[in-house]
Amino acid sequence: MQALVIVGHGSHLNPGSSAPTFSHADTIRETGVFDEVREAFWKEEPSFREVLRTLESDEVYVVPLFISEGYFTERVIPRELRLEGWDASAWDSPDGVSATHATLRASDVEKAVHYCGPVGTHDAMSDVIVRRAETVTGDPEVGEGFGLAVVGHGTERNANSAKAIEYHAERLREAGRFDEVRALFMDEEPEVDDVTEHFESTNIVVVPLFIADGFHTREDIPEDMGLTDDYREGYEVPTEVDGHRIWYSGAVGTEALMADVVLERAAEAGADVGESIERIRAGDAGVAGD
Amino acid sequence: MNAPQLDALVASAPEGVEFDDLSVSGEGPYTVSIAGDSHEVDEPGLREVAGENPWFVSNWYYWTRVVGAGGARYDFLRWVERADERDVSERYEALSTGVSRTWGQLLITAELGEDGKRRYALRHVENAEESGLEPYDDPLDARELVKHDDRGRYRPLSTAPTLPTGWEFPDLSGEDLVRAVDFVYPATVANWHRERQGELDVTHFRETAERQSGIYEIVSQLSVEELEAAAEACCVDSQCLKRRMWDEDEETELDVDRGSGEFPCREPCSLFITAARKFVTLGREETRAYEFELTPTEKEQVEGIVDAVAEGRVEEVREADLNEGANRYRARYLRARRMTEEGLSGTPTYPEDQER
Repeated sequence: MQALVIVGHGSHLNPGSSAPTFSHADTIRETGVFDEVREAFWKEEPSFREVLRTLESDEVYVVPLFISEGYFTERVIPRELRLEGWDASAWDSPDGVSATHATLRASDVEKAVHYCGPVGTHDAMSDVIVRRAETVTGDPEVGEGFGLAVVGHGTERNANSAKAIEYHAERLREAGRFDEVRALFMDEEPEVDDVTEHFESTNIVVVPLFIADGFHTREDIPEDMGLTDDYREGYEVPTEVDGHRIWYSGAVGTEALMADVVLERAAEAGADVGESIERIRAGDAGVAGD
Repeated sequence: MNAPQLDALVASAPEGVEFDDLSVSGEGPYTVSIAGDSHEVDEPGLREVAGENPWFVSNWYYWTRVVGAGGARYDFLRWVERADERDVSERYEALSTGVSRTWGQLLITAELGEDGKRRYALRHVENAEESGLEPYDDPLDARELVKHDDRGRYRPLSTAPTLPTGWEFPDLSGEDLVRAVDFVYPATVANWHRERQGELDVTHFRETAERQSGIYEIVSQLSVEELEAAAEACCVDSQCLKRRMWDEDEETELDVDRGSGEFPCREPCSLFITAARKFVTLGREETRAYEFELTPTEKEQVEGIVDAVAEGRVEEVREADLNEGANRYRARYLRARRMTEEGLSGTPTYPEDQER
């Protein structure tokens, strides 16, 4: 038997924080490729601490629904799952964006735990960002005449936080589909506040590389970019700001295609996922949504 | 009992069947014993004896073939129908009208289903006698169902005694019942099972605190007195239905009541650690003496307000009950009379700031 555990942050205050984890888990459940699919959270239940004991499977694939390698994925999650002998070097990711997986044992259960890198740094995440741009513009061909801003939190405490954003911005720039691609941040330079100054294109799609919609993606970023003075009043998509049209997409983590990245992670760690990845890509494996 | 169940029993005889007062062995002739009544029979005889005791056959089939013996799910479902307290006949009689158990605020009812299988119903214990509840059949729905309490407030702690009412899962298989219970009260079945096996791994507060990092590193500074107060604030039955099995450390038990819950709490949870972090910062402040004037009734009113908030009774205080200290008009009146920009009774919180 094989199980998939999707681990997310969760929240003691915001009930919507766990919603993307639930919906991607449901999408994967419907494919039927795992005997068990379970969600676990840092701030909700089941906790990281107790999730493994609720499973009957001997092989467990753990995929963190987090954006970057760093404090949570390298320290908190392996510690709370009791992964014996874990060391961040097991992921062999000196650049902070190349984590794949490591197989360990948890000290409280007799199971092999395949601990995967976060979804945020997987190459397939670039495709999810593009899908998000397609969804928000309603144009499956979107690209020409458009600039794309990939927005991250950014923090001086963790250099890896920005690396994931820059990594995808670079990949998307090289792909050449959008006229311009920029990595922007909330808490470091270059800042999302000045989004229009970074683009010549009239149309700018702004995709925040966040897992769940919450305080930052619903309140801070729309206000910082000048889409609205008060988030409670809402904003149009697109909104005209300084002669540019801003197509703001909300958190990328709520995009249904994210389930695909979770499966890619598990498959690379050795999970048998059959043809489920192709099915999710084709959009016929259930609907995740926000 | 149905024909496939009887066939399965005959086919299993050579390796020996031994389950709940039913035993069968041999390759023909067979030795069959039901509730202590033993016979030597050939195959038609075995089928006849089994046919006269259909409950024993369907019971064996359900537990060994449908549920699958052993493990947390098996033990939990056996517990639900009190399998260790009643023999097969008593159990089947009870199951024909329904056997109920409570699990936190959940009411689980087991009934006999088709061919001696079981069907389970799940609802809030307060809805025990009600009909017309909102029906669900997918255990996954439980996740959303229990996310908010009846007042619409988000429930960050699954085992808080605020489970919403008004819904039911009227007809679940054993597997789906356990899944639904696990969505309502995550990991409770697994930890209960470990406890029954004598294998519950308890992590006490000091060990949990030592493990913390980042902003939670400071929780190890909580003194034992503060820990007692924190457990009294967060871990008693009125706040959480788990039974606290952890203490300060292996040697030092806390005085606070452990609670009477069916399922154990094996480690301080993330909500407790978040609270403990706040309590540590509160404990860093020195007390100081303040002097201000209140009438005796006003002093009692302040105490009444703290009590009402602590007990979650604020919403229960009636709009026009002016005898309640925590009544909103009374609290507003107290504020209008006794609180100024300087604070309670015009006494500044930081007098030194005023003097500058």
